Amino acid sequence: MTTDEQIEAHRYAHAEADMTKSKIWKVFFYLLGLTAIEFIIALGFVETGLIEKGISVIVVYILLTLLKAFYIVAYFMHLKFEVKGFKVMLAIPLLLLIYMIILVFIEGHYVGMFLYK
Amino acid sequence: MNATISKLDEVKTGNWSGGTSPFKIEYGKIMMWLFLLSDAFTFTGFLVAYGAQRMFIQDTWPNPDHVFQSIPFITDTGAPLVYVGIMTFILIMSSVTMVLAVEAGHRHSKKEVVIWMILTIIGGMTFLGAQALEWSHLHHEGFWFGAIPDSYLGAQQMGATQFSSYFFAITGFHGFHVTVGITVNIIILLMTLSNVFERRGTYLMIEKVGLYWHFVDLVWVFVFTFFYLV
Repeated sequence: MTTDEQIEAHRYAHAEADMTKSKIWKVFFYLLGLTAIEFIIALGFVETGLIEKGISVIVVYILLTLLKAFYIVAYFMHLKFEVKGFKVMLAIPLLLLIYMIILVFIEGHYVGMFLYK
Repeated sequence: MNATISKLDEVKTGNWSGGTSPFKIEYGKIMMWLFLLSDAFTFTGFLVAYGAQRMFIQDTWPNPDHVFQSIPFITDTGAPLVYVGIMTFILIMSSVTMVLAVEAGHRHSKKEVVIWMILTIIGGMTFLGAQALEWSHLHHEGFWFGAIPDSYLGAQQMGATQFSSYFFAITGFHGFHVTVGITVNIIILLMTLSNVFERRGTYLMIEKVGLYWHFVDLVWVFVFTFFYLV
């Protein structure tokens, strides 16, 4: 065994406390529930015309998606139980991505306004 | 004697002073995370380009509820979101069986690892098959890279062409990732069956492959929202 594998073997002894079978299924039902909420909004409200598909519905969809992403990354990918420095290392580039998304969308919206209005 | 040792000779014991693993994660796992980060950039690049085009051509963009409203073998119209809902469920489910395989690996239970890995592979293959059916359905309707059905007229053609090309490019790239994931899962299953991890004393590889598989699921969560819901 290399040193790295020894570290992991040591962590394994404690890892079972992090993700037990019951916890895995709990996260699964959260994910299922969030997807179900998206479906209820899409088929129950938007499709039947109860609410119009506007910016507010889209924001709700995106928030639910980010929540699902959080559960997958934090629990399934085990990131919640890693060292803080590691989380920060992964988070900083992703925060810059949000900045890029905002910039590109503003640009796309502006060009669109120019073309049609 | 201690008093005579200069400050420079003292052995530092801090987290980043060397000799320890500051992130307390095995090397291969860190590298897998970094690869996934770079892969996240690629997919964000795709999705951001898609989003910018969509905001740019907002008014003539095809309504996804009208494009995706078939369930292969059951109905051709009138069922928006149902088929993709089933696909999403299959992929989330195969993600769950993957975590269960990782958990079984922690307990060094070879039999359970094999069962959960087989279920994960079946889930992935079902998803790919479902996607192939959807692709062929859309292709029969006239959608393809740069091609759209004749029912789109005038200014609508601009939005529909972009929509079609982005759809096949992004779901295609995601499907390629799923294919790679299934291949790697099969390799890992064969390694488990031939007792490689048993001899190595750790089922760590299951965890690394699991990270990749969850990432594929994660990307689908975003693709689902931005192509089918919004």
